[in-house]
Amino acid sequence: MVLCDNMQKSAQDYLKTIYSLSKNEEGIVNTTDISQKLDVTPASVTEMLKKLSEEGYIKYSPYHGSTLTEKGLKEAQKVTRKHRLLESFLSNVLRIGNDKVHQEACQMEHTLSDEAEESLCRLLNHPDTCPDDGKTIPACDLPFSNCEECVQLHKKGLEQVGKRDKNLVSIKDLKNGTYGKISFIRGEHKVLQRLLDMGLTPGTQIQVIKVAPLDGPVEISVRSSKLAIGQNIACNVFVEITN
Amino acid sequence: MTTPTPNIDQKNKTPTSDVTKKSAKNNNDDTGKQFTFALAGNANVGKSVIFNQLTGSNQIIGNWPGKTVDRAEGLLFFEGYNIKVIDLPGIYSFSTFSMEEIVSRDYVALEHPNAVINVVDASVLERNLFFTLQLLEMNAPLVLVLNQVDIAKNKGIIIDKDHLSKLLGVPVVFATATRGEGIYEAVKEAVNLATNKPKSNLLRYRKDLEEQISKLQNLIEKENLNLGYPSRWVAIKLLEGDTEIAKMVNEKSPSVIAQSRFIAAEFEKHCQEKCFTIIASERYALSNSIVVSSLQQDEIWHPFTDKLDWFSTHRIFGYITAFAVIGGLLLWTFFIGNTLSNFISQGLNYINPINPLLSTSAPFLSIILNGVWGGFEAGLTLIIPFVIPFYLLLAFIEDSGLLTRVAFMMDSAMHKIGLHGKALIPIILGYGCSVPAIHSCKIMETRRERLLAAFAITFAPCSARTIVLFGMVGLFVGIHWALLLYVVNLAIIFAMGKIAMKAVPGKSTGLIMEMSSFKRPSLKIALKQTWTRTKSIIYLVFPIYIIGSALIQLLYFYDILTPISNAFYPITVIWLGLPAFAGILLLLGAVRKELIILGATAILGTTNLLVGFTSIQLVIMALVAMLYIPCVSTMATLGKEFGWKTATLISIANICTALIIGGIAFQTLNFFV
Ligand SMILES: Nc1nc2c(ncn2[C@@H]2O[C@H](COP(=O)(O)OP(=O)(O)O)[C@@H](O)[C@H]2O)c(=O)[nH]1
Ligand SMILES: [Mg+2]
Ligand SMILES: [Zn+2]
Repeated sequence: MVLCDNMQKSAQDYLKTIYSLSKNEEGIVNTTDISQKLDVTPASVTEMLKKLSEEGYIKYSPYHGSTLTEKGLKEAQKVTRKHRLLESFLSNVLRIGNDKVHQEACQMEHTLSDEAEESLCRLLNHPDTCPDDGKTIPACDLPFSNCEECVQLHKKGLEQVGKRDKNLVSIKDLKNGTYGKISFIRGEHKVLQRLLDMGLTPGTQIQVIKVAPLDGPVEISVRSSKLAIGQNIACNVFVEITN
Repeated sequence: MTTPTPNIDQKNKTPTSDVTKKSAKNNNDDTGKQFTFALAGNANVGKSVIFNQLTGSNQIIGNWPGKTVDRAEGLLFFEGYNIKVIDLPGIYSFSTFSMEEIVSRDYVALEHPNAVINVVDASVLERNLFFTLQLLEMNAPLVLVLNQVDIAKNKGIIIDKDHLSKLLGVPVVFATATRGEGIYEAVKEAVNLATNKPKSNLLRYRKDLEEQISKLQNLIEKENLNLGYPSRWVAIKLLEGDTEIAKMVNEKSPSVIAQSRFIAAEFEKHCQEKCFTIIASERYALSNSIVVSSLQQDEIWHPFTDKLDWFSTHRIFGYITAFAVIGGLLLWTFFIGNTLSNFISQGLNYINPINPLLSTSAPFLSIILNGVWGGFEAGLTLIIPFVIPFYLLLAFIEDSGLLTRVAFMMDSAMHKIGLHGKALIPIILGYGCSVPAIHSCKIMETRRERLLAAFAITFAPCSARTIVLFGMVGLFVGIHWALLLYVVNLAIIFAMGKIAMKAVPGKSTGLIMEMSSFKRPSLKIALKQTWTRTKSIIYLVFPIYIIGSALIQLLYFYDILTPISNAFYPITVIWLGLPAFAGILLLLGAVRKELIILGATAILGTTNLLVGFTSIQLVIMALVAMLYIPCVSTMATLGKEFGWKTATLISIANICTALIIGGIAFQTLNFFV
């Protein structure tokens, strides 16, 4: 599949591609997959990967493949988030067909400002998945622990609010056995309250025990109890990995 | 069995009744011998086991007024006291997002039980104490029962109960409810609490939060709102933004609400966090610090249960387990049920007072009697043999923790019809009998999910429908045809679920389920659970069976059914290709699905159904019978749980489905066979 059609694939597109091809936070992506997905010759992919590696966005070894570094993940999440938010906007608000939103979003994602990104998120009521392929929209990088805070406090202005420095990962994308610290829960008050009541308060240490097959629930251990959380909630629970 | 049985009266001392300071609120102050105790706690901690041990057979099971929440109340005679015991629904918090939470919180705060027995799972203490702290916020007179200590020990958990008691300022008792241990002590402490009314400690949260709470508390006390709830608790709820409480306060004093909003907003701006998350975090922080100082845990390895856990949630073995559990449950029910059912009906044949088939020239009274007996007999041959074995095995599967794993594995499949893994339980129950299945839809959080599950259940082949299926098709057309219909039915449930998911507005909430550890199920508990469930069916189904069957008998005898049935001619004969008398059978079947077979036998005057039906007609008849309408007991349950409008809509949806699918099936079969 062709990812983005513009003549020059930007670095962001590479990062975005590596992000979407890696199954979990440590996923290694091989060069042929990238070249296929971007529709670029392996030679120019390799060249770009080397450049990205030099700038510290990825770890790259010619035979093994590429993984995102913290810095690369941040950039990849940002552009992926913009892409998927734009897709949601184009589809849900502008009613553009789901077959076209991807291309459109590809054009717009590189120029969308952070401020517009957050306004879009609030306008769309904090969407959690993109409309065309149901993939999870990454969390925002504001330092809030839930969307209610964002709605109430964003008026201060982005500079005042500041940014989160750690990358967040949804618990559904974690490998079995990974530890994390609850940092952000997306969604409406009701679900949030239920999760808080079960012990998933901000800063709580959790461990992913296992993810059921076929996009099934995620089993986590929290405060010495074990909980199964369905995918559609799990994709909204974000942690900082603390292994 | 150990000491604590109902009505325990042990040799020694009656507690000294101390006259105490502040006791204005307690109901039964002066009678002294009358107490009300409430059992409260998270789900699955053992409240009901304790409730059953305390009250034995003195129980009234019903609904909370105006709510579809189970209410269990019982009586206990304990050392000269008459004690009313209430088993509150299992909840994790008092945040009013569910009916169970509202019911429990209003009961604890407004009815002022003399003691609240807070049952907690000792192996998950931190999460359980989160709820305990909320009970303490309400000034509830508390006894903390650390239940399931057997499991906690097994996990290497050691709790210093005296230290815990000192920290919380409430009496703490160890218990293993399934073995009856600790229950006597718990009641003893509760009686002591009710008579002496000692004060529990006031537990405080972090300083800046406490400042806001007391600011608001002062305001509330100054205004003298008289809400019945403790003022500190109201203050906390207002900060949390609890809409119910805010509405109540607003009616008395809008200015308090305005000020509470201001205080909350200021505090939230200061902390960059919402008050309700701050408060939840504080409760957990407190709970955590209590646990850290009073609990010790050694890592203990459990090779067997860990293996079992691994196996039952494995990406391949997990599905095998899930299908084996569901299939095994159904096979077991059908095999045992069929055997028992035959056995019972043969036994009944000997004591049959009247010919069970519709008699031709009987006086009015004996027609009625005949119907009544028929209804009774049907109840007996259905409930005993099919429902009881089903529930018994289900109780084992449930109690062992296996069902949780099956729900875990099946969650993503259930999502396809807008439900989640937990909905599997009511739907599996639906294969036994729709009535308790629809009743058990309560375990789902939202009305939408309850409705979707109940709707799916009305299509599930309950044991009565299974009898029709196998009695008509399995016996006379071939077992593979019966099995095929079973599969078709599964597809229909799935398709209808999908349509309903689109039609009913709202979004499906997701699964949040505790994965309790595997444990050895106990026969006694399983039997008790089976009996409770069976009893509620008996009360509902027997009267309806008996009355309905007598009525149908009368209608049939005076030949009122035939004209009605003739009116259906275009549908039954032309569209579905059934014999003309099928209309009568469908009318009979609306009362009880097995009456379709009994009626056919009676009308044809032989048990060989091939006399009156072709093979295709039998297949169509069984297919329509499976789908066409919920039986009257099911409709009554639907009406009770969802209102009559919804019940009617569901019935209409059933009829339409049956007609469309039956008609299509007839045309197709006619074309090919
Ligand atoms: N091993 C063990 N199991 C228990 C104990 N108390 C309750 N159970 C089991 O825990 C499960 C839930 O009990 P139940 O009374 O229905 O919980 P409720 O939801 O609080 O009413 C049942 O399977 C009981 O058999 C206990 O002390 N030890
Ligand atoms: Mg219970
Ligand atoms: Zn996309």
